[in-house]
Amino acid sequence: MAAPLLSVRDLIVEFPTRRGTLRALDRVSFDIAEGEVLGMVGESGAGKSLTGAAIIGLLEPPGRIAGGEIWLRGERIDNLPREKMRRVRGRRIGMVFQDPLTSLNPLYTVAEQLIETIRTHMDLSEKEARARAVGLLDRVGIPAAARRIDDYPHHFSGGMRQRVVIALALAAEPELVIADEPTTALDVSVQAQIIDVLKEICAERGASVMLITHDMGVIAETADRVAVLYAGRLAEIGPVRDVIQAAEHPYTAGLMGSIPTLTQTAERLTQIPGSMPRLNAIPQGCAFNPRCPKVFERCYRDQPNLIARADGRHVSCWLYDAQEKEVSHG
Amino acid sequence: MADVLLSVEGLTRRFDVSKPWLNRVIEREERQFLTASENVSFEIKRGETFALVGESGSGKSTIAKMIVGLLEPSAGVIRFDGQQMDFASGAAMRTLRRRFQMIFQDPFASLNPRWRVEDIIAEPIRTFGLLRGAEISKEVGRLLDLVGLSAADGAKFPHEFSGGQRQRIAIARALSSKPEFIVCDEPTSALDVSVQAQILNLMRDLQDEFGLTYLLISHDLSVVRHMANRIGVLYLGRLVEVAESKRLFTDPQHPYTRMLLDAVPDLALSGRRRMPVTGEIPNPINPPSGCTFHPRCPKVMDICKASNPPDYPTSTGTAACHLLAPQEVASTGR
Ligand SMILES: Nc1ncnc2c1ncn2[C@@H]1O[C@H](COP(=O)(O)OP(=O)(O)OP(=O)(O)O)[C@@H](O)[C@H]1O
Ligand SMILES: Nc1ncnc2c1ncn2[C@@H]1O[C@H](COP(=O)(O)OP(=O)(O)OP(=O)(O)O)[C@@H](O)[C@H]1O
Ligand code: SF4
Ligand SMILES: [Mg+2]
Ligand SMILES: [Mg+2]
Repeated sequence: MAAPLLSVRDLIVEFPTRRGTLRALDRVSFDIAEGEVLGMVGESGAGKSLTGAAIIGLLEPPGRIAGGEIWLRGERIDNLPREKMRRVRGRRIGMVFQDPLTSLNPLYTVAEQLIETIRTHMDLSEKEARARAVGLLDRVGIPAAARRIDDYPHHFSGGMRQRVVIALALAAEPELVIADEPTTALDVSVQAQIIDVLKEICAERGASVMLITHDMGVIAETADRVAVLYAGRLAEIGPVRDVIQAAEHPYTAGLMGSIPTLTQTAERLTQIPGSMPRLNAIPQGCAFNPRCPKVFERCYRDQPNLIARADGRHVSCWLYDAQEKEVSHG
Repeated sequence: MADVLLSVEGLTRRFDVSKPWLNRVIEREERQFLTASENVSFEIKRGETFALVGESGSGKSTIAKMIVGLLEPSAGVIRFDGQQMDFASGAAMRTLRRRFQMIFQDPFASLNPRWRVEDIIAEPIRTFGLLRGAEISKEVGRLLDLVGLSAADGAKFPHEFSGGQRQRIAIARALSSKPEFIVCDEPTSALDVSVQAQILNLMRDLQDEFGLTYLLISHDLSVVRHMANRIGVLYLGRLVEVAESKRLFTDPQHPYTRMLLDAVPDLALSGRRRMPVTGEIPNPINPPSGCTFHPRCPKVMDICKASNPPDYPTSTGTAACHLLAPQEVASTGR
């Protein structure tokens, strides 16, 4: 098997506070293969954005990586000096955030921003960079790109701005694009267009994508595999179809049942009681134990690790531990 | 059960979005108006859930606010239980106001942060003088219990609760004046799906128990599908289609409805082929001529650019699209 493009191993992110250290990510491990789209889902506060921020080296202090390793194509990047990491960011890893205005500077035209990004990372003349920028805008579906490139961000609608941000993220031909809720602020009709553009262009250029969202529908249509985060821990990871149609972790199963769909006719939605614990109140053992319909005694005692399952799936739940076989299925 | 509780007819609201007078004179500009709701008519039957769906800016909240009396219509009539709402008459509005309530999208902004939860919930009871003294706190305890919180939570402040719990508090407050009709403007949009499921289930249980009538506003078609009996689809302030829920999803009549349905990501992984969605919502200050959807419509005809389609009857409602015109009219349009 080819080495993965990105490999995250036992990543721990902590926030030191006056009342003790909060562990926001707890031993998160996953790979992203070359050309793969990995979806990352979870409730608000589960740690999705932190995972992305840790990978690109943009954790906001006092947040810090307290353990684990991050490898990009065989090179360790979690301990790179700042200047080196800055080169990785933008050149090798592109980013798309929820709010296009955080990535675009309102004071500069789209052309100025694109050309600067291109020239920072690629050895091109002003003229070549401009031609490339127009080509990119055209590619992401901005009509009359050659003319509109000299407009300022606020001249574009929300959906158009997000296209510009995608163009910006792809400007230097990165190997990996991290998209954090790229369509959450947009209308459904525009959302579908943006996701299509992102997916198509990345496929075209062989870039891998880490797609962060809490919209399972978007993941279902876009991702190859999906990772489910709960309270800073990876609950389950596997091929999208398997996880959606036959979730193994009780949390994922509950989550899937709680989503209303266009085709189901159920009177009531599945309901997971309670809510995700805050970082300072994560229970001992499995973090999901207070809400889990299948909880048993071991769940209160030990924290489950990822357990390998068939077809490349992994789940961190004691129900799937070899020792528990008789308990869970008997 | 089939009687009409709320009806709106020709409901229209224009906003003056002109630049200041001096700028207009200097730049030789006309006054500018934005029509957030144009000639909207629908009825809601007692005990049913009627939903309004539409993209951002389509006029959903504007209509909701006019119905609950927070915004005055520029034209049109709203009738509640047969009685016409009269914005000029404060007294008449007050008696009506008690019979309906509103739940807003943002449970963080809609609860006064300096009030204890018990006072927030009791406010409508006090305003309308429904109960007094110890009876009030007993009722508040009962309401908290009803929405899945506990009486002890009444002494806390809103910031001590999660988003989903705050929306429960907002629902308890809305129920406290024993309304018959509740307008819910994006009640779960700010919540995670697992919390959304709790709130939607709660809304259903309360409807079954008290025979409540809901106007549900949402941009999420799957939520609307799950909750509503009938649905109205808004586009740029106009109601383009009204239909029974099941019918709307299996057999949409308006091309915009079809496009919205196609845009919803498919969780069932059925491999359904989607029609590519084109274009974005145009500027509402200068809406396109004729059918305002024509620049994005895959089935556009000449007539669509020239004239605004009337509401044509469909099997369970109406749709405003020239495609539905009786044959001879449509053929001249080709
Ligand atoms: N500066 C900080 N200090 C303390 N805790 C923090 C800080 N920044 C983030 N956190 C916590 O880290 C956890 C994960 O946050 P993160 O932003 O990754 O969530 P998320 O999954 O992206 O959620 P959302 O869907 O709301 O964006 C949250 O519980 C958050 O409160
Ligand atoms: N007070 C106001 N002054 C000027 N324009 C307004 C005002 N209130 C609303 N509008 C405009 O009216 C239109 C409809 O707004 P409305 O808030 O009803 O939309 P909505 O369907 O609720 O959208 P969303 O899904 O974003 O909440 C929008 O174009 C909005 O900008
Ligand atoms: S480990 Fe136990 S509590 Fe956690 S999800 Fe599995 S069964 Fe539930
Ligand atoms: Mg986030
Ligand atoms: Mg609104």
